[in-house]
Amino acid sequence: MNYFPDEVIEQVFDYVTSHQDRNSISLVCKSWYRIERLSRQRVFIGNCYSISPDKVIERFPAIRSLSLKGKPHFADFNLVPYDWGGHVYPWIVAMAKSKVNLEEIRLKRMVVSDESLELISSSFANFTSLVLVSCEGFTTNGLKAVAANCSLLRELDLQENEVEDHRSQWLNHFPESSTSLVTLNFSCLKGEINLAALERLVARSPNLKTLRVNRAVTLDSLQKILSWAPQLMDLGVGSFIHDPDSETFYKLKNTIVQCKSITSLSGFLEVAPYCLPAIYPVCSNLTSLNLSYALGIPASELIKLIRHCKRLQRLWILDCIGDKGLEVVASNCKDLQELRVFPSDPFGAGNTVVTEEGLVAISFGCKKLNSLLYFCHQMTNAALITVANNCPNFVRFRLCILDPTKADPLTQQPLDEGFGAIVQSCKGLKRLSLSGLLTDMVFLYIGMYAEQLEMLSVAFAGKSDKGMIYVLNGCKKLRKLEVRDSPFGDAALLADPGKYETMRSLWMSSCEVTLGACKALARKMPMLNVEIIDDSELTVDEALCGGAPVAVTADGDDKQKVEKMYLYRTLAGPRNDAPEFVCTL
Amino acid sequence: MGSFENDLNLEATELRLGLPGTEESEKGNGFRSSNKRPLSDSEAKQDGVEEKGPKAAPSPKAQIVGWPPVRSYRKNSLQQKKADPEAASGIYVKVSMDGAPYLRKIDIKAYKGYPELLRALENMFKFTAGEYSEREGYKGSDYAPAYEDKEGDLMLVGDVPWEMFIASCKKLRIMKGSEAIGLGCGL
Repeated sequence: MNYFPDEVIEQVFDYVTSHQDRNSISLVCKSWYRIERLSRQRVFIGNCYSISPDKVIERFPAIRSLSLKGKPHFADFNLVPYDWGGHVYPWIVAMAKSKVNLEEIRLKRMVVSDESLELISSSFANFTSLVLVSCEGFTTNGLKAVAANCSLLRELDLQENEVEDHRSQWLNHFPESSTSLVTLNFSCLKGEINLAALERLVARSPNLKTLRVNRAVTLDSLQKILSWAPQLMDLGVGSFIHDPDSETFYKLKNTIVQCKSITSLSGFLEVAPYCLPAIYPVCSNLTSLNLSYALGIPASELIKLIRHCKRLQRLWILDCIGDKGLEVVASNCKDLQELRVFPSDPFGAGNTVVTEEGLVAISFGCKKLNSLLYFCHQMTNAALITVANNCPNFVRFRLCILDPTKADPLTQQPLDEGFGAIVQSCKGLKRLSLSGLLTDMVFLYIGMYAEQLEMLSVAFAGKSDKGMIYVLNGCKKLRKLEVRDSPFGDAALLADPGKYETMRSLWMSSCEVTLGACKALARKMPMLNVEIIDDSELTVDEALCGGAPVAVTADGDDKQKVEKMYLYRTLAGPRNDAPEFVCTL
Repeated sequence: MGSFENDLNLEATELRLGLPGTEESEKGNGFRSSNKRPLSDSEAKQDGVEEKGPKAAPSPKAQIVGWPPVRSYRKNSLQQKKADPEAASGIYVKVSMDGAPYLRKIDIKAYKGYPELLRALENMFKFTAGEYSEREGYKGSDYAPAYEDKEGDLMLVGDVPWEMFIASCKKLRIMKGSEAIGLGCGL
């Protein structure tokens, strides 16, 4: 197979960067496998329990960048108990011990302790990049260690993490010699920041391109920061309240005009609407705008702002913009590719003000739309069909009707036809989240048409096992399936056990699956971890949690419904860090 | 397509979608999770504002665990902002009065607006502030409540919107005598 020396092949492989592609080329032949594995620098592990850290290091000794994901997606919505797992510490220990030249760590939904951060900061001399998304378990003390010890740090990106504030003054611990920062995002931190230290840090970081600050950073501090960093491309504003007649505000307006490179704007964690006009000058360059955390901006102000943003490609906004506001978006933002509309009042009945009308307007105006997350009060089949016809390019389509089983208000019908139109029209659809009243029909459509579908989220949908079976049979590229509160049971679970080895994971909660079926599946498929999670007040049968499959003697136990089940393929066997409410069958 | 639905044998596996808390059918599916606990199970992480409290008065439909599917981080963040006026993190500023031997401290976030704040100051220092008007400042009093803003300037209390005042007030000073009259404008 090899007509070229290894070095040449390796050079060619350098151009192959996506994980999937590299996985593919490693399957071609033994020597390609060897060359590929010795040269792979960026390793992505979608489920931290699918393989042990030692095996990863053994296969990819040249690893420089490690990306890991931990908890299942539904952990975002409190469906996974707090100490379920997803600890990064064992990975750091293994990497440190093996002395690999780790430069970058990217984690999502993992538990990161201060110890882990301290170990990272002391083990890897060339460490440049730490990205933590939706993680928890660490405090500002851990950040102190990273700031103080990672002398080559270029990227510290903290997105939506739960971080305990220990008043560590962590920002002060960046040494004077630290001048290499390119990205600094601490918008999720709740505590105070030494503003002077931040200003000095920005002043000595000429390469800084992304800066997202937290609420503690005031408008006058922002003005000083921007005057030091006119080269910024991505800005996250903290507090944006000030007397618009003051000298400070006047200075800010002038400083902002100098920031000609800003293309992404976010934050406004605290904002007074009358201050917003200060940012109008940068709006014409914006390709990304995230106002989804900016509570308190009335629709009229949002609309005024949007009118300036003709080049937007990504917009994250709260639903208080209203259907009318979305019409303005549709007529102004012709380049829009990604739209997310979040609920400003998730539990306020009737306060939500976007409906199917807003989405339909968007579909007429924004033909390039390919990614959607839309929380709304109601949806109709007619609207979905229109959207499907207008926007055939959806790659991600996630709809969330606040009342999860709401029918089409015009026809009282389920939304099967509407979603059916979406999957039929959008041939490249990779991710789909359903809501509203839905029967098995929608799953028939999904199985028939959603050929590229990789991830499906189902809640309160379907009528029988057949629904889930259609999906398992039809969606050849399915990788992740997560289901809650739907009537899928043992027949669905056991319809095609082999399928789960082609998928990353399956989550089923509040469905009709019994313990017996889970045990049967675990017995049949040793390469799967089938976890039963029981965090309710019901006592867990001791015999079940011995770790190894145990024959249950008590009658009827096998017929007991399983509240939460999470299964995933793995080469690592049952995990040894499972808490007592998790049982791997 | 009609007979197709018959084949599905919907009766036997029908999902009864009653509201949480209502009687469940034999199958007992419904919104099962709501029987166990009304809202989030990781209480440790939530600030508790959204739960149980009558203040939000959510409809029964809203009490489903994990629905709508909004990340806890985002939910907490929005809840916190809404609850902010009642949050424990007050803004304490020093209050001095010309001639008084020592200063006091008050939490300006504890007040909903200028009238409340002025009443509190009047009580604390035993004076009357007079009547405020934009044109004439505090009329009918020897005293004028003033504050130092973030830029160090001495400003008259009451000129700017309340939220702006809270955000920019660093110190309060109750001025007396001729100086006060100067600030109070008028003649």
